[in-house]
This record gives sequence, structure tokens and C-alpha cells, in this order.
Amino acid sequence: MELLVAAALGLVTACAVYLMLRGRTFPVVLGLALLGYAVNFFIFVAGGLAVGAPPLVADGAAAYADPLPQALVLTAIVIGFGTTGFLLALALRARAATGSDHVDGEEPR
Amino acid sequence: MTATIALPLAILLPLVLGTAVAPLAARRARAAAVWTAAAVTAAAALILAAAAPPVLAGGAVQALWPWIPALGLNVALRLDGLGLLFAGLILAIGLLVILYAHYYLGSRDPAGKFFGLLMLFMAAMLGVVLADNLLLLVVFWELTSVASFLLIGYWSERAESRQGARMALAVTGAGGLALLAGVLLLGAAGGTFEISALAAARDRVQASPLFPVALALVLLGAFTKSAQFPFHFWLPEAMAAPTPVSAYLHSATMVKAGVFLLLRLYPVLGGNAPFEYAACTVGLVTMVFGAYVAIFRHDLKGLLAYSTISHLGLIVFLIGLDSPLSAVAAVFHVVNHATFKASLFMAAGIVDHECGTRDMRRINGLWRYMPYTATLAIVAAAAMAGVPLLNGFLSKEMFFAEALGMHHLGVLGAVAPYAATLGGAFGVAYSARFVHDVFFNGAPRGLPRTPHEPPRFMKVPVEILVVICIAVGVLPALTVGPVVDLAATAVLGGALPAHSLALWHGFNAPLALSMIATALGGALYWALARKYDLHLHAPSGWTARLLFTRALDGLFAASARLTSALDNGSLQRQLALLVTTAVGLGAVAFAAGGRLAGARALLPVTPLAAAAWLVLVAAALGVVRLHRTRLTAVILAGAIGLVSALGFAYFSAPDLALTQLAVEVVTTILLLLALAALPRTSPRESGPGRRARDLALAGLAGAGVAAIAFAAMTRERDSIAGYFLENAVPKGGGANVVNVILVDFRGFDTFGEITVLVIAALGVAALLTGMVTHRPATDPAGRPWSVQRVPLVFAAAVRWMLPFALLVSVYLFLRGHNAPGGGFIAALVVAAGIATVYMSEGFARTERAIALDYARVAALGVLVAAATGAGAIGFGRPFLASAHGHPALPPFGEVPLATAALFDLGVYLAVIGATLLMLVELARVPGRDAE
Repeated sequence: MELLVAAALGLVTACAVYLMLRGRTFPVVLGLALLGYAVNFFIFVAGGLAVGAPPLVADGAAAYADPLPQALVLTAIVIGFGTTGFLLALALRARAATGSDHVDGEEPR
Repeated sequence: MTATIALPLAILLPLVLGTAVAPLAARRARAAAVWTAAAVTAAAALILAAAAPPVLAGGAVQALWPWIPALGLNVALRLDGLGLLFAGLILAIGLLVILYAHYYLGSRDPAGKFFGLLMLFMAAMLGVVLADNLLLLVVFWELTSVASFLLIGYWSERAESRQGARMALAVTGAGGLALLAGVLLLGAAGGTFEISALAAARDRVQASPLFPVALALVLLGAFTKSAQFPFHFWLPEAMAAPTPVSAYLHSATMVKAGVFLLLRLYPVLGGNAPFEYAACTVGLVTMVFGAYVAIFRHDLKGLLAYSTISHLGLIVFLIGLDSPLSAVAAVFHVVNHATFKASLFMAAGIVDHECGTRDMRRINGLWRYMPYTATLAIVAAAAMAGVPLLNGFLSKEMFFAEALGMHHLGVLGAVAPYAATLGGAFGVAYSARFVHDVFFNGAPRGLPRTPHEPPRFMKVPVEILVVICIAVGVLPALTVGPVVDLAATAVLGGALPAHSLALWHGFNAPLALSMIATALGGALYWALARKYDLHLHAPSGWTARLLFTRALDGLFAASARLTSALDNGSLQRQLALLVTTAVGLGAVAFAAGGRLAGARALLPVTPLAAAAWLVLVAAALGVVRLHRTRLTAVILAGAIGLVSALGFAYFSAPDLALTQLAVEVVTTILLLLALAALPRTSPRESGPGRRARDLALAGLAGAGVAAIAFAAMTRERDSIAGYFLENAVPKGGGANVVNVILVDFRGFDTFGEITVLVIAALGVAALLTGMVTHRPATDPAGRPWSVQRVPLVFAAAVRWMLPFALLVSVYLFLRGHNAPGGGFIAALVVAAGIATVYMSEGFARTERAIALDYARVAALGVLVAAATGAGAIGFGRPFLASAHGHPALPPFGEVPLATAALFDLGVYLAVIGATLLMLVELARVPGRDAE
């Protein structure tokens, strides 16, 4: 299972990097959003995988998953949404100001 | 007054009161600022005087507060003989300079800035001389550099001021860094940063292998500050400062900080051959070199600056010498130089003020215009040259005596008497030039105005200093003798050998050298003036200043070349470089070896997980393949997000799964809204080469992340999770540990995060306000955009759905402390629900119906969270400390209640407000299409 998760993380990261290297703002924002998924999941699993052990305190529970990375990632997901929104606004504004949605602010010659 | 109050008060008065009140007072009147500064200075002097009696009896007083004890940094202040002498100089000359500056500054010079900075400098300087902790000393030391920078650059509109200030800061600031490094090494060698304790551990410090490096670094700091060769060049450039600043900082105090440091650390660093050779050689070279160059300066203040360099060299030489009497001579000369040089600078300022120039080739024959000022300046210049009956003569005699007795230093000892005599002769020559060129030597040439005597009180500080020069020169033992002895005792840390500060010691070798130097210097000036005509001299060739500026220019040019080589303005290229660097660094770490897989047993793969994995792979490959069709890309990215939510659910993180799911919905809406105002497709721009390069980079980055993730997942590690799991219920009052961490244990982080989210949302609103898009009137197929035609079934369904969404949200919020849910998730559910209503009912209609200002909702959320946190302070607890209990509420019985729930309410409102603000602002954009 660990191999599957690691491969998935690597694949999503690779997609994200490829999209971020594109020349137009929209794929770059999409790439950053994908990178956000990968990074969040990476932090979440870095402490090891646990199945069937949610960190909800209950009598008779044998083990709990580490709650700390979960708390860190929870806010990171919401802030990731915030940054995506900000980047989109930036992309719209940049296009309105320059007439181009290229990341360098002008159509390539 | 007790020392624990007096010592910090003496520093804080100018530091806080002086810097704050003087600029305020200056708004009313120049005189008010002058009086404030003078009163603060006098008060500091009185306070120190009140604490001084034990010091005058031969002891020391101290005050100690721990600051960062773990680092050895304490506010440790100590007043001993040496500190008292320097503090006295700083405050007394400071007072005179303040009075002088009152008349010196022009009516358009900002007085508040001047006196405020002067107070800052005075406080920093007092800190340096009173500090007993080396780290604290370095802090004040750097503050003197900063204050000096600001004071040299006082006339910031002049290029030479800015340049001089920059150079002084570069040289003394670099020296300050060297000093810091040296001090850290000294602390490591001696096990403490307290100077008095280090002096006690002197043998241990000097035996340490760190000592030679520490010594070199501390000397570097002292030599740069005290303008020793070859770091002297900043001082003449600093003459761009107003003359009161030159008189105060660059003759009497700041440049003496380096000298002070050597005296202060002499018990720690001194008494060994490297120290003696380094200080004596540098001091002697500086003394002769400075005096020689001074003869050829045409600028009045430039001559004085090089003279100061020369005299500082003399003092450094005396400190270096391993002879008890040389310490007395050094301290004595510090006092003498401060008095005659400050008065000479003030006289030079008067001349500049009256003539409008400082060029000695044009100022001549001022005796006829200002005989009184001339008399004062001539007496001070005579003291500088070392004429008998004046203070300069006495310390110069002691210097000659010491130079004659250095037999233990080999070649240096043999050369010293000749070098000393030569330096003395140069000193006489430039003093002669100063007097002759300024006050005699014909008539003024083309001055902008006719000079006359300055205002009465502008001369008072000069008079006082000149009187001191004479009094000390005639009766040294009755005037400064006791204080000099106290200071020298503090330096040597023991009883002084028998000596007497007196005018007449009989005909002896030092007197003979003194007479030779005077005769030689007089002859030299006469020869230069008559045979060579000094006024035609134009300096040329390599100087240390030129080397410095060339080196600096080279550095700037090289960094500019490097920047332009790496950055051609293309963001893609920048990012590719960044990724390449990251991949490269990661590869270096992997190349170091080690096993990738850890010892932890792997989990088995289940069919469900394998199926989800396949969906993810398909979606990821699809995104790369089809990303130019943007709508498809958004849908596929959404699939990746959903699989990630499934992953969270599968691996025991229900809260994360719910959050990811809700965020996925609003993110997709956000992307679609943006897409409405952007092109639907991306053009095919990159060639096959570029695509291959990007794929390779992306593949390498992905492989690296996969490898790190695998290595991390298969290893056991220590975690602080146990603490949270154990204390969530007893201390946080909640069974959902993730939620308890968010709203309680790490509540401050969460508070910061919702603030960031709200700022991002406000940023979106600010960026998009009033923005007009350039969207064509029709879609690519030529059809006009449809406006607000919503499928009826969808609208009807949403009307039923919204109340349920709100209900679910409240439910998730309320149970969040004990089961999956909480403010973040509940808020996202509301936001997604309301966003759906916007879509089904139409933007304008929903806007009228809801009529909420989402920015206010978000701000209210942050305020509620902050108020909850601040409430804890009201109960004497730290910010955001939580309380919980189970009060009995009659109809319901016992109700679990935690203040954390109130904080979570703040989170809830902030996230709802921020999310909807972003969505609504983005949705507004296409409605403002340009025609």
C-alpha cells in the first residue's frame, strides 16, 4: 500500500510541476492547486499510514492515527483554497491589465 | 542612588526620553529641542555622579538583569574608573556640542532630527562604556554605527553626505560583525560573556586554541571603529557630517570606542606578544601615516580628520605596549585629544560658518577678522602639536618616553623612537599649517561672504575646552590626574607603579625628542610652504579609499551580471531553474546513500484502494494530456481531489476527508468562474524540445517526492501525538483530537490561519474591484452568451436543498468537538450551499435576497475568535487559553460547554465570509464585460 501511495504522490507532483511550467496562467494555477493536493497528502502520510484508527477518543480503541499532521493539513487545505482564489484573481487582473494570459504578461513573439 | 537604578537610567534617559522628546520639542522651537537635549544630558550626568562615590573610592558598581540567560546575554552594566572617565567625556563634551550646535545649524536644517539622533548616539555610546556583558556591548556598538550613519548622512540631499555615511557604515559595520564573531569565540573560550568574569578567567581564555582567531577578530572590530590604517579612509569621508557631529563623534567619542574596547578588554586580551605586536605596529604606522597625510589636506576638516587618525594610532600604540605606564599615558591622551580636537573642530566649524568654505587655499588671514576665535584655535592647535604648558605636550612626552623603552620588542623597539619622532614632527608641521594657512598667510581669496566673529555663545564651548587644555597642561596632577589614575587602574586591574603627571621632569631623553620633533616639524612646514608651495599639491595614486570603492563597484557589477545571466524576464525559465535546483539538491542527498525502505511492515493493498489508485492515475495522465482544453482539465483535477478525499477517509482522517470534499466543491466553482473570464483553451506553444525538458523535470521531481514519501512512510519515528491524545478530553473537553488541536491546543495557529484566509479573500476583492474583462461578445461558435437561464428542475431542487445544507452545517459544527466536523467543515458546507443558490436563482436575485456583506462576516469571525482569546486574559490566563465545564441547564440537564466552541464559531464565520467573498467577487467579473 505504501508503494501505491508513494507512486500516486509522485505522479500528482509530476503533473503539478509540468502544468506549472506551462506558459499560460490558468494551467499554472491548476498546477499549483494539484501541488497543494500532493503536499497536503504528503504531510499527512509522512507519519505513516493507519487504517481504521481515527483520532476520536473512545473507550476500547486500540490505536489512534497521529492527529497532529491531520490538524496541520486541515487548515492547509482551506488556505490552499484561499491561495487558489487569490491566484485566479491575479490571473484575471493580469489579463485585464496586459491583454494576455501569458505568465510574462505579453504574448510570446 | 543605587547603581541598579542609576546605570540603566543614565542610558534610558537619552535613549527613550531624549530621542522621543527632542524631535517633538523641535516642532515648537529650536531652543526647546536644545534645552531638552541639554537637560537630558545633564540629568544623565547627575545620575552617574550620584552613583560614582564608590567608584571614586577605587571600587565599581554594577547592575544585572537576566535578558536571555540561556545565551549568556544579560543586561549587565558596570561603572568603574574607565567607564566613569569615558561616560564623563561623552556627557561633558555632549553638553558642549549641544550648545554649539544650537548656533551652528542653519535655520532650514531640521533640528528635531539632529538632536534626536544625537541623543540616540549618546545613549548607544553610554551603553558601550557601561556594558559589562560583551554581547550587550556589541548591541550598543552596532547602535553607535547606525547612529553615526544617520548623523553623517544628516544632510541627506547632498551626495557626499550619503556616500560618506555609506562608507562609514560599511567599514564600521563590517568591523562590528567581526567583533561579534570575536566576542562569540571569546565567550566560548571563557565560558561567559561577562567582561569582569572573563578577566578573571584570563589564563584559560588565552590558552584556548580559539584565542588567536578571537583576538584577530576583536582587533579588527576595534581598528575599523578607531580608523586605524588601512581602515582609516572612512573617517575623512565622514567629514561630510555637520561639524558638531565631527566634533562629537569623530574626534571625542565614537572613534574612541575602538580604543575604549581595547582598554576594556586589555585584562582579557592583553599581556601577550601577538596583542603587543599587532597593536603597536598598527598604531605606530597609523600615527606616522595619518600625520603625514594631514599636512597635505587642503580641507580644514580633512586635515583634522587625518590628525585624529594619527592621534588614535598613538593611543592604540600605547595600549598595545606591555608597560604599566603606557596605560596611564593612553588614558591621559584620550582625555587630552578629546579636549583639544573637539575645540579645533568647533573652531573649524566657526570658520566654515563665517567663510562659507573650508578650503585652506582660499581661507587666509582670518586673524584680522576674528582675532578672538583665532586665539582660541591657535592655543588648541598648539596643544595638538605638543607645545609645553598645554595638555598635548604632557601625553606626547609620555609617548616619547614609552617609545624609548621598548627594548623587548626587537626591531619594532629599535624603530619606534625614530618613527615616534617623525610622527611628532609631522604633527607639528600640520598644526603649523593649520594656524598659518587659516589665520595668516596673506588675505582671504574670493570668499562668498566677509567673515567676522561668531555669536557670543557659539564660542563658549570652545573657550571651556581651551581653558581645560591649559589647566591640564599646567597642573595635570590637580585636574585630571586622579580620574586618569582610576581609569588606568581599572585597565591594569591592580595598583599603578609610582609616577607623577607633571609638567617638568628635568632635562631627559623624552624632552630631547620632543624638542627635535618640534624643530623638525617647524622646518618641514617652512620648507614645504616656501620651496614646494603646498597649495599646488594634488593627491594622486592608489589610496585605500579607492581600493574600497573599486572593490565595492566590482561586487555590484558581478552580482548584476549574475542576476541578468540567470533571469531574462521569463517566469517559466525562473521556475525551471528553481525546480532543477531543488531536484539537484535532492539528488545530492539521495546520493549520500542509505536504504530507501525503512523497517516498518507494509500494509496490504485492498481492491478498493487499487481501484481508486487507477482512477487517480488515469485522471493525472489525462490532465497532462488534455490540459489545453481547460474545462476538461478542471474536471480531471477535481477527480484527483476526490480521490485524495477518499484517501483521507481510508487512512483514518475523517475530518480531512470532509474538508477536502467541501473544498473540492468550492474550488471547482472558483475555477469555473475564472474560466468564464479567461480563454477556454490554451494555445499549443511549447515545442517538442521544451515539452520533453518539462516532462523530464516533472518526472524527476515526482520521482524524488515518491522516494521521500516512501522512505518516510516505512520508518518509525517519535511523535508528540501521545500528549494530544491523552489530554484532549481532560484538558480540551473534546473527543475529536484534531478539532481540539485546532481550536484549543494550537488555537493561536488557527487564529493566524483564518486571518490569512480572510486577507486572501480581501485581496481577491481588492484585485477585482471595478475590473473589466476583454471577453468577446460570443463564444467561439458565434453564439451570444446566454444570460441567467437556469434549468427549472435544478432551481427547484436547490430550494429544497438549502435548508438541509444549513441544518447539516449546524449539526457538523455542534458535534465537531467530539466527532468529525467543526467550524472549518461546517462553514464550507454553508458556502457550497449558498454558492449553489447563486447558480440556481441567478446572481442578481440571490444578491438582493441575501444582502450580506461577506467581508463583514469574515471580519466578524476574526473578531469573535480574537475576543474569545482575549477573554482568557480577563481571567488571568494566557491569550486563547480555553475553559470548559458541564453546567446544568434545567430543561436539558448537564450540557458540555467549552469556550473553544466560541472560538470555533469565529472560525466558522471567518471561513464562510472569506469563501463567499471570493466566489462572489469572481462571479461579478463577467457581468462587467467591456462592450
